[in-house]
Amino acid sequence: MLLFLTLVSAALVAIAPQSQAIVIYTGWERHALVGSEIRLSCSFFSWRWTSEDVTFSWNYRPDGSRDGISIFHFTGGLPYLDNKGPFRDRLEFVGNPQRRDGSILIKNLDFNDNGTFTCDAKNPPDIVGRPSSVRLLVFDKLPVQAGVITGAIIGAVLGLLVLIVVIYYLMRFLVARRVFSLSVSKHGKKGKGKEGSQQRQGPALYAAMDQSKLKASASEKKKQESRKDKK
Amino acid sequence: MLLLLLGIVILHIAALVLLFISTIVSAWSVGVTSSADLWSNCTTANGYHCDPAFTGEWIQAVQALMILSIIFSFLSLFLFFCQLFTLLKGGRFFLTGIFQILASLFVMTAAIIYTVMSPDWVPDSESFGFAYILAWVAFPLALISGLIYVILRKRE
Repeated sequence: MLLFLTLVSAALVAIAPQSQAIVIYTGWERHALVGSEIRLSCSFFSWRWTSEDVTFSWNYRPDGSRDGISIFHFTGGLPYLDNKGPFRDRLEFVGNPQRRDGSILIKNLDFNDNGTFTCDAKNPPDIVGRPSSVRLLVFDKLPVQAGVITGAIIGAVLGLLVLIVVIYYLMRFLVARRVFSLSVSKHGKKGKGKEGSQQRQGPALYAAMDQSKLKASASEKKKQESRKDKK
Repeated sequence: MLLLLLGIVILHIAALVLLFISTIVSAWSVGVTSSADLWSNCTTANGYHCDPAFTGEWIQAVQALMILSIIFSFLSLFLFFCQLFTLLKGGRFFLTGIFQILASLFVMTAAIIYTVMSPDWVPDSESFGFAYILAWVAFPLALISGLIYVILRKRE
């Protein structure tokens, strides 16, 4: 028991520093059309209050290149944008540092902008955290991802099916509760003395049969007789 | 009666198996060294390997319709056994039949779409394979079994 407790406490101690650290979120992969603009969002989670000294920095590494360059830095309440690199005049800060949002907007995208964007955020004194990366792919025509349409069609049809079943049972429930009085319940009125929907269904079924199936049942008897003859 | 029941179930399962095979087997389009299905393109040109299929809108529609027809055929089989025990004497297997007919319509639509649209993504060296034919065969089977369900009356 004691060993277990020590193990648990050791585990807690091991976990605790991690939960104190800053966790940064970006997307995983973004697709965009050439010439359009895209908002790359970056936010973080920290156990501390958002301090005045919060900093965001974005780093860009083109595809096929080993090194990245810094393209954006936010510190001391002021954004510093790329003014010499590939994104000069095309970058805009659209985040809100007080709400832990360090998003940037890249305008007029080009095929050369394919690459990995890495966001790092610091919320002093909470500075221990791993930067998060988002990959940007620029297309001249957005490709359809595999399975999207497949899933959409299957989901739509099955959803419709479920909806029909739900509506059917809902209507039956409402009719049984006499919230609605549809023409179906006209047959049911004969059985109103009895309680419960199941008992009312019986007479309704018979009534329906009596009206329409008399001829049918007569012809069916003939069929059955002929079948017997065959046997 | 038992024989009839057995026949219907076997017909239904046969249609279901055909649907399964045609959806899974990689032989919708077959060439000398390559074959393609709804999910992947395989070649034996330099070692056997498969790539994910072309992701066009139409082939995704075919995929979706084939899966839907399998699902509906399954549901129909399930409903058949449910209705077998709950249906009043003389009742028809309407629900079962409707589901099976819907499944047959789905597989028909899928096969038609594949027939019409496949020249867009299948190279000329490939021709339609047996999985494609099985899909066409599954359509009348499912339709017939669906119609039988609708016509059939329950007897003890």
